[in-house]
Amino acid sequence: MSILITPQTKIIVQGITGDFGGRHAKLSLDYGTQVVAGVTPGKGGQFFEHGTHKVPIFNSVADAAQATGASVSVIFVPPPYAADAILECVEAGLDLAVAITEGIPIKDMIRVKRAMQGSKTRLLGPNCPGIVTPGTGKDSSGGCRIGIAPGYIHKQGHVGVVSRSGTLTYEAVFQLTSKNIGQTTCVGIGGDPVNGTNHLDVIKLFNADPETHGIILIGEIGGNAEVEAARWIKANCTKPVAGFIAGATAPAGRRMGHAGAIVGGAEDTAAAKIAVFKECGIEVAVTPSDMADALLRSAKAKGVTLT
Amino acid sequence: MNIHEYQAKAIFEKFGVPVPKGAVATTPEGFSRALDLLPEGPTMVKSQIHAGGRGKGTFTNGFKGGVKFCKTKAEAQAMAANMLGNTLVTIQTGPAGRKVQTIYFTVASEIKKEYYLAILLDRNSSRPVIVASTEGGVEIEKVAHETPEKLFKILIDPAYGLADFQVRELIFKLGFTGVEAKNAAKLIRNLYTAFWETDAAMIEVNPLITTPTGDVLALDAKVSFDSNALYRHPEIVALRDLNEEDSKEIEASKYSLSYIALDGNIACLVNGAGLAMSTMDIIQHFGGTPANFLDVGGGASKDQVIAAFKIILGDKNVKGILVNIFGGIMDCNVIATGIVAAVKEVGLKLPLVVRLEGNNVAAGKATLAASGLALVSGDTMADAAQKIVKLVA
Repeated sequence: MSILITPQTKIIVQGITGDFGGRHAKLSLDYGTQVVAGVTPGKGGQFFEHGTHKVPIFNSVADAAQATGASVSVIFVPPPYAADAILECVEAGLDLAVAITEGIPIKDMIRVKRAMQGSKTRLLGPNCPGIVTPGTGKDSSGGCRIGIAPGYIHKQGHVGVVSRSGTLTYEAVFQLTSKNIGQTTCVGIGGDPVNGTNHLDVIKLFNADPETHGIILIGEIGGNAEVEAARWIKANCTKPVAGFIAGATAPAGRRMGHAGAIVGGAEDTAAAKIAVFKECGIEVAVTPSDMADALLRSAKAKGVTLT
Repeated sequence: MNIHEYQAKAIFEKFGVPVPKGAVATTPEGFSRALDLLPEGPTMVKSQIHAGGRGKGTFTNGFKGGVKFCKTKAEAQAMAANMLGNTLVTIQTGPAGRKVQTIYFTVASEIKKEYYLAILLDRNSSRPVIVASTEGGVEIEKVAHETPEKLFKILIDPAYGLADFQVRELIFKLGFTGVEAKNAAKLIRNLYTAFWETDAAMIEVNPLITTPTGDVLALDAKVSFDSNALYRHPEIVALRDLNEEDSKEIEASKYSLSYIALDGNIACLVNGAGLAMSTMDIIQHFGGTPANFLDVGGGASKDQVIAAFKIILGDKNVKGILVNIFGGIMDCNVIATGIVAAVKEVGLKLPLVVRLEGNNVAAGKATLAASGLALVSGDTMADAAQKIVKLVA
């Protein structure tokens, strides 16, 4: 029915007493998400109150997980402390840590990723909008909303969405919902060069999920994660897949000098990625307005029903 | 964040990476003072701008070459006068070029052989990688393309750091022996420490050279830093040279706007980086040319929108504006009110197409319609892009 999270998933919010974390904790509670604990070191024993909700705050992730049985945490901690917050989730043995924080130093993420090798915890992000499994209520409420995505644009159904970009994910989800096509789970993997879960990891999960009938894969210039995912799809995935790559007009080498181009290879331009998508049987969205339609074309060609 | 060569070399020296002796001057009077610090003999004169391709660049006054070899210090002093204060155009600066405000004099080293050495992030493995080649002093892309067997890569485990066996592997592959091998190993270790300790995004030494006496030196230095990590390196923030940055980009950063100037004529104002990039793409798809990348972030407050409009209008090439906002959490009516206020405040005369979608969008569209402004509403991204392209055509 979904990947990674279900409407029953219990979540912890790290940084629940901050403006950003608090605001989105409230929106998740309104959506019907099981926000069962907050973590703010030094504020353990207090409560985060919203309407009829009274969420206990703990000093550590381990305490919060032990007391509530939560297996997932979402991180709204400021950049200098975010790497530490992720490692705390690993140490507490959580299944999933979702890092929303934007601006974590790359070196911190290099070390975190190395430290996570062999651990049971999966990391989503950082610098990501989070993950949503829509519910069956009004405006998809009753689902699990982790992060900062607008809940109401979703609809429960059978399409999986994975993207590096927040607003492009919303754009795709909105197009689908407007066409009455629902989603199993929508996953934002984040825009940073060093992140936890990548496109391919999510594609594999969608492929294995019987409720997911079709997939939208949204990528960007830089790196070769999309290419890797596309090649795997060609070899292993029979579900309809639509793809979009942002950044065809982005000026080359703006973020990194030319040594980056060597390591990244020639496959990290938009044109190269789009060519690989086509070669791998992925229906390419010509413009960002075409993402849902592209998936419909692919589904039709494969005789798959998305609704 | 980028820094100048002379600043990068100061960091190299601090970490024990040998460089040719050098001194800088920012005024003509400073030339002799700087040259006094160097021994008499062959001297290099190097224009300090952030862009590459300096040696093959041309000044707007017609003088050729932003990096020059001189046989004597007197010749170097005369040469520097051709560069300081003048605008250097290179393959990387664009036609506008960059004004040279600092001259770096260095001792001209005797070169036995040139190599290439860089350290950066390998995205696939999420680890630092050292890239090295026996083909230095040339375009490394060319080496990668034509003779990839001459390019060596070493991935570094961040839990352990650069291991001795990896340094040895590199030394053997590059063909260093004897005293050169010893000096090169030390340089590579120290350069990696500099990369790691300063939160560098990339260090590139092209060329790295050996001298007839067995010394190994970084003849050039290109260093950029991870901007996310600058908060813990005030000493690096102090090296920032605002003269090297686009004034509109500096202004944008004051309002937490992410702005990159491009050379088209349709400006865009968008929330979210992915949506901003694809807004540029869709303008191009329908036959227009984007004038900029502009991400106002998740909030898109009135002050931000006003600042964004002012920055956009500072670009004289702009003939029309496309606003594309997906108001997920944010109320579209609040955004619409901000847009109306901003347009009135800056007295916008250019064609404007607004595409709003998301939370409370009907009220937002009503606010735009009731504003009395001559703006055009777009329903989808495709619709909005087609409309603005038509309006500026």
